[in-house]
Amino acid sequence: MTHFSISPLQPRCGAAPRQGWAALPPAPSVPSQGRGAARFRVGRFATLLLLLLPGCSGNWGWYVVDPTTASGQTNLMFLLGGLWNTILLSLTAILISVVLGLAIALPGLSANPWLRGINRVYVETVRAVPLLVLILWVYYGLPVVADIAIGVFWAGVIALALSDSAFQAEIFRAGIQSVARGQIEAARSISLSYVDTMRYVILPQAIRRILPALGNQFVFVLKMSSLVSVIGMQELTRRANELVVTEYRPLEIYTVLVLEYLALILLVSWGVRRLEKRMRSDERE
Amino acid sequence: MTDLGAPIIEMEGVGKRFGDFAALSEVSLSVAQGEKIVVCGPSGSGKSTLIRCINRLEAHDSGTITVRGIALSDRTAAQIRREVGMVFQQFNLFPHLTVLENLTLGPIRTRRLPRAEAEAAACTLLERVRIPEQAEKYPSQLSGGQQQRVGIARSLAMEPEILLFDEPTSALDPEMIAEVLEVMEELAASGMTMIVVTHEMGFARRVADRMVFMDRGRKVEEAPPELFFTEPRSDRCRTFLAQILGH
Repeated sequence: MTHFSISPLQPRCGAAPRQGWAALPPAPSVPSQGRGAARFRVGRFATLLLLLLPGCSGNWGWYVVDPTTASGQTNLMFLLGGLWNTILLSLTAILISVVLGLAIALPGLSANPWLRGINRVYVETVRAVPLLVLILWVYYGLPVVADIAIGVFWAGVIALALSDSAFQAEIFRAGIQSVARGQIEAARSISLSYVDTMRYVILPQAIRRILPALGNQFVFVLKMSSLVSVIGMQELTRRANELVVTEYRPLEIYTVLVLEYLALILLVSWGVRRLEKRMRSDERE
Repeated sequence: MTDLGAPIIEMEGVGKRFGDFAALSEVSLSVAQGEKIVVCGPSGSGKSTLIRCINRLEAHDSGTITVRGIALSDRTAAQIRREVGMVFQQFNLFPHLTVLENLTLGPIRTRRLPRAEAEAAACTLLERVRIPEQAEKYPSQLSGGQQQRVGIARSLAMEPEILLFDEPTSALDPEMIAEVLEVMEELAASGMTMIVVTHEMGFARRVADRMVFMDRGRKVEEAPPELFFTEPRSDRCRTFLAQILGH
């Protein structure tokens, strides 16, 4: 991309007026409007970030993660080795928490005050426990209470899923309540059962509406999965911590860690936006 | 007029309260198989509540409702709803499903019809309400009149014995009212038992076997249309008719 900077007419981004371009001979890899421009912007942003960073201090040691050297490569691979666990941990937790959240939300919408009570107590209790505390309790406390053996992975999944399920329940409740009352009545008038009404009428409409909120929760879980490092789960943050202890280069290693999470979360946001667009295109209200 | 058979709906002393407000008090009504009843009255008079009690969208607090010999309760509600269709003022179509899917959902899920059979029946119904070409569209792509005809077809897909109409034309633009009423009149001619809450008095005159006038939760007047429109007995009914026919 460096050859662009030679031209004084070079626009800052793909959104620049096209007139200026028309006068120039076509450049070999002109970033087009739209997707290309977005990639161009992200690339520039990342380059800028990396160029600015060493300027902050003369004491950087990028060699620890330099992909051109053997030791840098080893270190990078070690850091990236946590990626799969972070993804697997977050995905498993979010899937469980969505199902759990829905199961908790439904009694909250019941006419029965006891069922609503169960929902309230669950949401308020779980929401009140800090995630880190919950992770520690599930890992060290639950095996004693329930007399079971529990690994770091499942302790992390349980804690993340429990913690997130309270929020998921509230999201589902709001989403289901946003579907017009007439929809339930229409479903009843054609004699649909409660389960069929939820499955075919209410939830398909509710989920479209809460998709942005569900996306937010996924990002939340992805970030909170870093806390599972405290019980020794070999995910991104744990790997970074371990490398810092041996290499003693926290600034560089944690910067790589930040970028790893950034990349993951940008990917998720992009995926959720695409899903939203696809659902909106066949939503007719 | 229709040849009247045995009673298919019996309401006796039915009451319904919303908090302190008595939406229905001591309403009794007997409807014969194939009969067409038009219910009218000022807003808040309980006419919608009356028909919503018949398929238990509202649960009545007192009295008894018997549909085809079965006493209506929470336990029998699902069974009775299979016999009683409902057409709503706001159509209440499922916006995320196509017209065809709107029509086949009930038959497939509750009547356990195979999909192909349900779709064939749905297409026949769409022809009957004169919109066979809209089968693959979504409700929002249709006009109000077309949506309400889909609403009627959706109820008919359950092959009900009785159809309830809750102000089916009140949410429609004037030029679309006729196309819906036309379908309803054809339905009436086919022998369907119908209870219609409406202010369309022309329709009532043409179709009703009996008129019911409600006010403040009570059934104030019940008469065949020729008597109802010419010699209303109560003052309230007379005032109401003067207002509604006067403009």
